[in-house]
Amino acid sequence: MMADTLALLCAFLLVAGSAFALTAAIGINRFPDLFTRMHAASKAGTVGSSLLRLAAGAFLILTAPVAAHLLARAAKGSGYRISTLSVRATHRDNKK
Amino acid sequence: MAQSILSAAIILSLGLLTLALLLTVLRVVRGPTLPDRVVALDMLVAVAIGLIAVIAVKTGFFLYIDIAIALGLVGFLATVAFARFIMSHRYRAATETAAKPPSEAVHRGNARRNRRPRRPRR
Repeated sequence: MMADTLALLCAFLLVAGSAFALTAAIGINRFPDLFTRMHAASKAGTVGSSLLRLAAGAFLILTAPVAAHLLARAAKGSGYRISTLSVRATHRDNKK
Repeated sequence: MAQSILSAAIILSLGLLTLALLLTVLRVVRGPTLPDRVVALDMLVAVAIGLIAVIAVKTGFFLYIDIAIALGLVGFLATVAFARFIMSHRYRAATETAAKPPSEAVHRGNARRNRRPRRPRR
């Protein structure tokens, strides 16, 4: 009984994690610019790989937010702009 | 019963992760700018960690988890190094047509030093 419950939980975690990873991959292909792609990759992708690692019995969610923050800061600082499809840009660099 | 559900879930998640890996590689190939490719490579490492975890569950060798953690740390270091590299180069608008060209002249070299013009001292 206990082993069956664990197996079902593990199956659910596997399918949910890979569905999140697939969602992140679709988002990385569909979004228009760097920062929205980063939004898809660093949130849905992190949840996906974290669920899969949880299914395998380990848990480590520390490096992905730091890496995403550093990358966004570097891209912003070296002059990458948000997409012209954006309807709201509140940062001072994006105002005319 | 539960074991057959688990093996079906393993097959399904392997298929989904393979699809995710292919889509991420597509963005690495297509990505118009360097940070797009770096984001896609970071995502590729995450999907590879997921695949290693699924294979660990499938085979029962939980030594794979250590390999996944090591791969995660290496991927983190690679992303940090790429972020430093991007920070030291100004963005040149010729690579992406959707973005507006920057109004000031494109500086080369150290981005921190060239980021904004120095104010006159009074």
